[in-house]
Amino acid sequence: MILSVRDLSFAYRKTPVLDRITFTADAGELLAILGPNGVGKTTLFRCILGEQKRCTGAIELDGTDARTLSARETARRIAYIPQAHPAAFPFPVFDTVLMGTTHRLSPLSSPGAAEEALAEAAMEKLGILSLRERAFDTLSGGEQQLVYVARALAQQAKILLMDEPTASLDVGNRQKVLSVARSLAGEGYTVLLSTHEPQQALDFADRVLALHEGRVAALGPTRETLTEALLETLYGTRVHMLDTEYGRVVLPCDKEKTK
Amino acid sequence: MAARKRNGRKTAVLLISAGVLLALFLVSLTLGRYGVSVFDVARILFYRFWRGVGLDSVWPMAVSWTAKAEAAVVNMRLPRVLVACMVGCSLSAAGATFQGVFKNPMASPDILGASGGAAFGAALAILFGLSSALITVFAFVGALLTVALVFLIARRAPGQSTVSLILAGIMIGSLFSAGTSYLKLVADPSNQLPAITYWLMGSLSGTQRSTVPVAAIPMAIGLVPLLLLRWRLNVLSLGDSEARALGVNVGALRTVLILCATLVTAASIAVSGTIGWVGLVIPHLSRKLIGSDQRGLLPCSMLVGAAFLLVVDDVSRNLLATEIPIGILTAVVGAPFFIWLLLRKEKTQ
Repeated sequence: MILSVRDLSFAYRKTPVLDRITFTADAGELLAILGPNGVGKTTLFRCILGEQKRCTGAIELDGTDARTLSARETARRIAYIPQAHPAAFPFPVFDTVLMGTTHRLSPLSSPGAAEEALAEAAMEKLGILSLRERAFDTLSGGEQQLVYVARALAQQAKILLMDEPTASLDVGNRQKVLSVARSLAGEGYTVLLSTHEPQQALDFADRVLALHEGRVAALGPTRETLTEALLETLYGTRVHMLDTEYGRVVLPCDKEKTK
Repeated sequence: MAARKRNGRKTAVLLISAGVLLALFLVSLTLGRYGVSVFDVARILFYRFWRGVGLDSVWPMAVSWTAKAEAAVVNMRLPRVLVACMVGCSLSAAGATFQGVFKNPMASPDILGASGGAAFGAALAILFGLSSALITVFAFVGALLTVALVFLIARRAPGQSTVSLILAGIMIGSLFSAGTSYLKLVADPSNQLPAITYWLMGSLSGTQRSTVPVAAIPMAIGLVPLLLLRWRLNVLSLGDSEARALGVNVGALRTVLILCATLVTAASIAVSGTIGWVGLVIPHLSRKLIGSDQRGLLPCSMLVGAAFLLVVDDVSRNLLATEIPIGILTAVVGAPFFIWLLLRKEKTQ
C-alpha cells in the first residue's frame, strides 16, 4: 500500500510543528523518519493516523483520502506500534495481540476463533508463542515491543507506523526489533519507523526522511542522503562518517583528527 | 492449548461464583425471625414457579409448609434478597467499567459524583416531606443530572478528557455534598435529619415488592450494553491513542460506557442509599480471581458483587435486633479486606 503525504502542516497555538511535509512511502520499503527529539515525528504519525484532525494538507492511502476514513477503516490499513509503556492493567500477551483484530468485529461482539487464529499466527511468525500466557508487564522491553509488532500483524494492516520502537531498548533487543522491521518491509509491508538515531537509519532503512524544525531537511535513499553536513544541521553537533569493513558508521565527535 | 486451559479455568471461576451465589441466595431466604429450612425455601420457590406457569392445576404439588412460612419467604425476604443481589451486581459492574474507562484500578462508581448528587436529591425530597417512592426518584434523577453536568463541563475543558472528567466529578461531587450539608442544617432535627442521615448510611430496609421491577429495568438497560461492549472496554483501557489506532471510536464508546455505568449506579443508589466500597473492592478481588480481561472480569464482578452484598445485607438485618445500615458494614468489611489485598504478595507465575 502506498502512503502519500502532500503539504502536511500542523501548528500548535500558532507555533508551526510540521511545515509542508511532502513524501511518499511505497510497499516493501522501510522509510526512516529521522530527526532530533521534539521535531514533530510523533505529531506526523498522529496526523497520518487521523488522530490529529487539525492538520492541513493531503494524506492518501493508495489514492484514498485518509482523512475521510473512520477509526475502523484507518485501522484496516494502518497499524500503529507505540513505544513500550506501562499498561494500566496487565493483560496476558495473547489478549494484547488479540486486540489487534478489534477492527474486524462489530462493536458489540468479542473475538472468535478466526481472530484467535490471526493472533496465534502473528505470534508464531515473530517467535513469541512461548510468551502467550505471560502478563504483559512481566516482559522485557524488547519482548513488549515484539508483542506490539505481533498485534500490528494480527491487525492485517499493510502500513506499519513504528514510533521510536527502540528508544528504551538495549543493543541486543534494538537490533532484534529493527531486523524484524526490516524483514517485514521485505515482505511487502510499508514500514515507517521514526528514530532519533542516524545509525539505525543507516543500518536498516531504504530511504530516509530527515526533519529539521518541522520541515523536510532531506528525503532520499539512505546512503546518499545522510551526509555529515545534514546530520550537523539536524543535531547541532559535529558528526563524522566512517566507512569500515562492517559498513558506514556515524561518529558524533567534536574533536579534530589526532596524529 | 494453553488458551483452552486458561478459558477452562475462567469458566470454572464463573461457574463456582454462580454456584456460591445460588447457595447464598437460598440460605439468605431462610434467615429471619420466622424459621424456614433451606428445603422448604427451595420447595416454596419451586411451587411458586410451578403455579406461576400454570402446571399446578395439571400436576398439583403437595404443600408441606405453613402459609406463614410462604408469606415470610415470598413477600418479606425475597424482594429484599433480590434487591441486595441486584445492587451488588450493578455497583460492581459499574466499578469494573469505570476502572477500565479511566485506566485506573482505584476508580469507583461514584467517581463522577453520582452518589453526591443522589444524596442531595434524596435529602431534598426528605426535606419536602415527600413519599419514599419520590425520595427514590429524586435520588435517581439527582445522580443522573450530576453526571450529566460533569460530562458537559469536561467536554468544554481543553486537554485530556479523562482527567477533566475526574476533576469535574470531584468538584461537582463536593459542591453537592456541601448542598447536602446545608439541607441537613435546615432540616427538622426531630424527624427529617435522622431520615437524611439514615439514607446517607445506605440501607435496604425500605425494600418493597415493587422495588424489584422498578430497579431492575434501568439496571438491565445499563448492564446489557456493558456486557456486550466488554471486549472494547479492554481496548479502551490501553489509552485513547492506541484504542483509536486499533479501530475504536473512542469518544462514542466512552460516552456509552459512562452513560450505562451511571444508569446502573443511579438505579442502585436510588433504592439503597449510598453504599461505598462494593464498586471498588469487588472488581479488585475479581481481578485476582480471573484476570484483567473484561470478558471474564465483568461477569465475575457481577456474580461476586451480588454474593457479597447479599451476605452483608444478611448480617445487616440479622446480627442485631435493630438493623445496622449496610453502608457501615460494607466499609467495615471492605476496608480491612482491601488492606489485605494490598499486603498480599502477588503470586508469580
